[in-house]
Amino acid sequence: MTVPSVLPMLTAITITQIYVPDQDQALDFYVGKLGFEVQTDMDFGPMRFLTVALPAQPDRAVLLEKPGAPSMSEETAAQVREAIAKGVAGGHLFFACDDAYRTHAELKAKGVEITEEPVDQPYGIDFGLRDPFGNHIRIAQLKQP
Amino acid sequence: MITGVGKAVEDSNRRLLRARDAMDRRYAEPLDVPTLARIAHVSPAHFIRTFRATFGETPHRYLQRRRVERAMFLLRSGERSVTDICMDVGFSSLGTFSRVFRDIVGEPPSVYRQRGPLPAVPTCFAMRWARPSSFGEAPGE
Repeated sequence: MTVPSVLPMLTAITITQIYVPDQDQALDFYVGKLGFEVQTDMDFGPMRFLTVALPAQPDRAVLLEKPGAPSMSEETAAQVREAIAKGVAGGHLFFACDDAYRTHAELKAKGVEITEEPVDQPYGIDFGLRDPFGNHIRIAQLKQP
Repeated sequence: MITGVGKAVEDSNRRLLRARDAMDRRYAEPLDVPTLARIAHVSPAHFIRTFRATFGETPHRYLQRRRVERAMFLLRSGERSVTDICMDVGFSSLGTFSRVFRDIVGEPPSVYRQRGPLPAVPTCFAMRWARPSSFGEAPGE
């Protein structure tokens, strides 16, 4: 099935969201290990609006959202946390880097949980890891097209 | 109280996911239940039971599907013999490999190979979506 695209309206993807059960622990990982910078950290009372971005790409942020009330019941939040820990909550992040082997070695030295060692693929060299909660991340040194 | 139970399930899921990731990564090695249970920090019997409750199939079946998925890929992307591919993906007996492959895929490796080359997609997607199903849609189980 082919869906005809409408006239261009949207100009960029600015924020994508992933669920993290613990925002401080998420900062340790995404800032302290992957090299993100905090872009917004606002306390709305029940919700802490926390976004991070890569220094090389400040216009593309990742919202680190904690599942919980009042957005959802505590029972639902527990289900979401269980799904994250099972690796099925979605929220995959894909990154590019200049040197996959070097990046892999640096992250491994920092104790990051590598799930797949670097592999030479038709599209480049990539490897897989998980954040502390179970979210899936891939990092690729992409071949020049 | 509910939070305590939820937290325990969350911890258990995360440890089981770590063991499942090990199967995805080390499928070519002779992995056994005690090794995987150690990764999940539980006893072997408890590991099999909770893995099945969490992911809907036994760890043994999951590992078989992972190995068969890799074999399906190799059969359609090179010229290596079925025997070599059988050993490459972690089976130690050609007889077992052929039986499990046929059981899961619905046809023998040599017939499956005739389907020809696969399109290139990122391996993480291939791993999750090209894997033969164990949840009722595919013949075999």
